Amino acid sequence: MAVATGKSFASRFGVHIAVFIFVAIWTIPTLGILVSSLRDKDQIIASGWWNSFASSTQTEAGRLPPASAQVEKDGKFVLEGNIFGDDAARDISAFGVKSAAPTQYPAGTTADLGDGETLQLNADGSFVMTSTKAFEGERGQRVYYASSAPPKFTTDNYDTVLFSEGIGRSFMNSLTVTIPATVIPILIAAFAAYALAWMRFPGRALLIAVIIGLLVVPLQMSLIPLLKLYNGVGSFFGVPSKTYLGIWLAHTGFGLPFAIYLLRSYIAGLPREIMESARIDGASDFEIFVKIVLPLSFPVLASFAIFQFLWVWNDLLVAMVFLGTEGDQIVLTAKLNALLGSRGGDWEILTTSAFITIVVPLIVFFSLQRYFVRGLLAGSVKGG
Amino acid sequence: MAAQIFSAIFVIVVGVGGCVAYFWGANKLVDIIFPSRGVAGAAAIDNLRRQGMIRPWLFVGPAMIILTIYLIYPVVETLRLSFLDRGGANFVGFANYEWALGDREFRTSILNNIIWLAVVPAACTFLGLIIAVLTDKIWWGTIAKSLIFLPLAISFVGASVIWKFIYEYRGAGQTQIGLLNAIIQYFGGQPQVWISLPFWNNFFLMIILIWIQTGFAMVILSSALRGIPEETLEAAVIDGANPFQIFWKIMVPQIWGTIAVVWTTITILVLKVFDIVLTMTNGQWNSQVLANLMFDWMFRGGGDFGRGATIAIIIMIAVIPIMVWNIRQANKETGGH
Repeated sequence: MAVATGKSFASRFGVHIAVFIFVAIWTIPTLGILVSSLRDKDQIIASGWWNSFASSTQTEAGRLPPASAQVEKDGKFVLEGNIFGDDAARDISAFGVKSAAPTQYPAGTTADLGDGETLQLNADGSFVMTSTKAFEGERGQRVYYASSAPPKFTTDNYDTVLFSEGIGRSFMNSLTVTIPATVIPILIAAFAAYALAWMRFPGRALLIAVIIGLLVVPLQMSLIPLLKLYNGVGSFFGVPSKTYLGIWLAHTGFGLPFAIYLLRSYIAGLPREIMESARIDGASDFEIFVKIVLPLSFPVLASFAIFQFLWVWNDLLVAMVFLGTEGDQIVLTAKLNALLGSRGGDWEILTTSAFITIVVPLIVFFSLQRYFVRGLLAGSVKGG
Repeated sequence: MAAQIFSAIFVIVVGVGGCVAYFWGANKLVDIIFPSRGVAGAAAIDNLRRQGMIRPWLFVGPAMIILTIYLIYPVVETLRLSFLDRGGANFVGFANYEWALGDREFRTSILNNIIWLAVVPAACTFLGLIIAVLTDKIWWGTIAKSLIFLPLAISFVGASVIWKFIYEYRGAGQTQIGLLNAIIQYFGGQPQVWISLPFWNNFFLMIILIWIQTGFAMVILSSALRGIPEETLEAAVIDGANPFQIFWKIMVPQIWGTIAVVWTTITILVLKVFDIVLTMTNGQWNSQVLANLMFDWMFRGGGDFGRGATIAIIIMIAVIPIMVWNIRQANKETGGH
């Protein structure tokens, strides 16, 4: 843009900085769940994801061996060993014996626990506990320690959510809902759009006005009557009221006004000469539509397909009303919502599930962004 | 699962095949009943005219039937239900509307919706406009726009998880794993449970929608800005206008129509906002909104369709002015066509 020319270096630099800050704010949240979904689940709660490349410090609890492992040495009773067992990969910085003060003593020092007991815990996990009296009891002393672990990245979370949390199944359910719900409205809308753009019949202007009106009717208006209708149809024919067929048709209905509006404005803009010369050559409306209009409308069909795909894939409301919440029907968004309730604090599950639900839209979006933007512009600038 | 994939593919084939068969078959049928070829001149013209009368309805028919079942009938039915009791059996007059006006939760929802309406469309449009202007001036603007645009592809539920993770709270002094509290704590502040802070939690939910929708505003406004004639801007520069004057006095008035479109589109979206509130708070801590309240009443205690329908009607009433405006605009545009 011409405005930018002749500006000082400082102001141009300012623009770069400002845009960079905006980009950072808009991408960091998504980056956060991507990084977290790849981290070890203990590390997710031990440190912020932005620290995931640094060693993380976490406070853990362990138990010393029971009294039966003690040996008597120089008149004292001694327990020795390593708190990590065999895998001594971590580095202890501090320890304690009370949950209220888990890092009371620095590693390597000898703590006086009272009653003639002492405990020394070293950085590598080895410990020596001594007592003037014999240790008793089945359970050993509880020890808390802060250890730092090297950054650990893993795909375990993906294994867990895909195969044991049911996200894999929901992924299939989402595809089952989305693909027919994207394909069916396109055909129906394309024929209607052609008729509204190029065929003359009474009531056409009224129909167009109705469709533009329906564009903004809130989904909420349809929910209760359709729920009643579906329940009625279900009990009348003795079939379940929550079926894939039901939700395909529902999404078709909700997507149609926008589909017809978008396709009509595009098809109406096709050159009149092409249609007329085809008609003179004896082509029927059906032939004109199939052989000329459909191929020429590919860009707008692609735009709508992307819209509808994203809208159906990302929908929660319609799925919650018209589809079951059991394993064989629950879609990704509803599953993620359920996990938020049942696995509230388990961020390794939530971040991973969230990333799986958004990865398909992101791929579609990035690979077909051109068509998406074109549809967005056609759909809204002209007044919708 | 294999059965499910198979049945989905089967349905696509049957559904698409059915559609094609209908359109092709119906078209053929018209040709057979009213033949235009191989009959005498006058009869052919007659039949052609009849074909011309029937064919458009064959093309728009399926769409009309679906629109009627899924949108037109429900609008009428919802209006009727809003005057009936919870089971839809008895006429109760305006009782549901009276209930709504007196209900504390409903009033909270209305109030919150008004705040959402005041904040989100304005914030999205404003931020979108600023980003559109700024990214136009730099060589990596397209990449920047792509990245800011990206949240638009993310579901509201996914976005809620993303932001819930940012708002995550741990007690003061502990390691914060939520980005916002970590920043606050780093600068010596007190970490907060953001989504349950009365009143302010609304804004933390709004941020999610703003984050999603700014990209939409940006793309539309960016294309409108490109449409401003270069000469206009050059003339302003020659006349000595500074960048702020150019922005406010030249650019903004030129794209005023587009700003209105973006604003109304986001307004409608805000009226319907449901997923974010359901997943973040489910209306607790005074963050309820109409769409979520309606969903709640649809199923609460076995479902109260009367009250649910009433709330839907109230959302609809808010949309009607935009609807009328849209239809008028469209009529103006298509005019004689």
